[in-house]
Amino acid sequence: MSADVMPPESFEFTANNVAAAKAIIAKYPEGRQASAVMPLLDIAQRQHDGWIPKAAMDHIADMLDMPPIRVYEVASFYTMYNLAPIGRHHVQVCTNLPCWLRGSEQVMAACKDKLSIGNGETTADGEFTLLEVECLGACVNAPMMQIGDDYYEDLDSETTGQILDDLKAGRVPKAGSQVARHTCEPIGGLTSLADQEPLRKEKAGGS
Amino acid sequence: MLDDKDRIFTNIYGLEDPFIEGAKKRGDWADTKKLFELGRETIIEIIKDSGLRGRGGAGFSTGMKWSFMPKEVGDRPHFLVINADEGEPGTCKDREIMRSEPHKFIEGAFLASVAMQANAAYCYVRGEFYRETEALQRAVDEAYEAGFLGDNACGTGYKFDFYIHRGMGAYICGEETALIESLEGKKGQPRLKPPFPANVGVWGCPTTVNNVESIAVAPEILKRGAEWFAGIGRPNNTGTKLFTISGHVNKPCTVEEAMSIPLKELIEKHAGGVRGGWDNLLAVIPGGASVPLLTKDLCDDVLMDFDALREVQSGLGTAAVMVMDKSTDVIKAIARLSHFYKHESCGQCTPCREGCGWMMRMMDRMVVGNATVDEIDVLEEVTRQVEGHTICALGDAAAWPVQGLIRHFRPLMIQRIADARTQSDAGKAA
Repeated sequence: MSADVMPPESFEFTANNVAAAKAIIAKYPEGRQASAVMPLLDIAQRQHDGWIPKAAMDHIADMLDMPPIRVYEVASFYTMYNLAPIGRHHVQVCTNLPCWLRGSEQVMAACKDKLSIGNGETTADGEFTLLEVECLGACVNAPMMQIGDDYYEDLDSETTGQILDDLKAGRVPKAGSQVARHTCEPIGGLTSLADQEPLRKEKAGGS
Repeated sequence: MLDDKDRIFTNIYGLEDPFIEGAKKRGDWADTKKLFELGRETIIEIIKDSGLRGRGGAGFSTGMKWSFMPKEVGDRPHFLVINADEGEPGTCKDREIMRSEPHKFIEGAFLASVAMQANAAYCYVRGEFYRETEALQRAVDEAYEAGFLGDNACGTGYKFDFYIHRGMGAYICGEETALIESLEGKKGQPRLKPPFPANVGVWGCPTTVNNVESIAVAPEILKRGAEWFAGIGRPNNTGTKLFTISGHVNKPCTVEEAMSIPLKELIEKHAGGVRGGWDNLLAVIPGGASVPLLTKDLCDDVLMDFDALREVQSGLGTAAVMVMDKSTDVIKAIARLSHFYKHESCGQCTPCREGCGWMMRMMDRMVVGNATVDEIDVLEEVTRQVEGHTICALGDAAAWPVQGLIRHFRPLMIQRIADARTQSDAGKAA
């Protein structure tokens, strides 16, 4: 899909994003505006369909008075910057140890099956990109995946498939745990903070 | 087992309102001005006396670290930088603090900054924690609105600002000097020390980098006193700790417990026990991916604290307990970690950049037994060549899980090699 998307020759932030960028630059001490390069690249990526063209990097270098190479270095060092076009839904499945121990291979298989693509590939319609990633820091809710900005946790093949079906149909799946848990508490009953057990029942459901 | 009245994180599951109304009900921001008035030296004394050791993995005395900042503020302002780049496999505690207890954390950042005469804190949150960052930002906005932050923070006349800086997916930025580089808008590659951050940190200014949990427990220690905190756990291993229990347990969870709780009790009381019962346990990685694993016989009675785990040649690290039952291919499990370190090595130091790839390829061969028995020793030797020969601890972290595997599971590795050979011979014969 990247072949038929030509990188743009120029890039400008929208008026809203110019204001957001200015607010970010103001967070850092005077003369230290280079610190804003990471958040500005993120804004550019969000504005530009999930990826950062070179024109945007040059524009940011100009804004922050940085040599362009310093911006390219940052953009290519951090894995969350996409330097080529990407699917509308970026499905990232954690396959690190805690998720692997609890079935990330099945989650990955369910994604491949449902989307008919392999690791690192994008569907022909440009809707989904699938990627195996390193630990996303939700290990007691393993296995899990991130799609866009949301985490989907305590997955199995079935719930994984359901989430992808929802997205395909334009529905918004419920983020967070897919079982009867509110966040990271043990399923089925609290072992600490005993007073909050009624709250847990109300919020987590289940027994 | 820790009594509910001794818990610091009373909303760790987010069951109550995480934001300002709920936080105030739980006592956050109640006596901040009084705690401020203790003064810088007393705050540091109390934290030192409490025995609090850094919760990010290294376990260095937090009070001591704060005391390393210059006594007087010179031309260069002081900064507190908070490490919320939580990415150590198995670890997911700071996430819960940020989304469920953000005010306790921000209050701690203020008091810690007072202790080191910083007027601003930068919290570096891993980029994937987008929703957690939203929650934290909302709490920061509320705290400004309420006058807890700003030019006259909590009515003390002290100026204090709290800023969030998002990472973008690099495990190495959890290393404090790589984090500082990243905060300056560069690639996250660790710096040589000295100079240490307390002297030359972010933007060339005196800086202390603390973990989220270390900062978030500070207000409660100051409120209840050093003796209360020091009375929990064992000497030199004091206080309460957030444990994250993942892997082959019946009920994976995060829980605040007393330091030095026996590992078996932790797993059985809070995580519903090992899948298939305690005797079905194969091994536990007790402190995040970077520490060597423990076999069941060691797990039977080991205590979960810094010293006890060091005695069994492992470590408390981030207190991320990863449990593996007997169905686990432990060689494959460690190989998965080798892939992780290969992926995350920043590439700056040759032993780590080359060694991590080499260890990964070697471990992949060990998984299928495509090796000779001698090569186990070669692998062990190479881990020693990486360990201690790099700027930061990522090289060590990559070496230790492999060393742990060889120490405890050498017979299994040999067996795997023998089995592969038998199969191959059978194939040739056929």
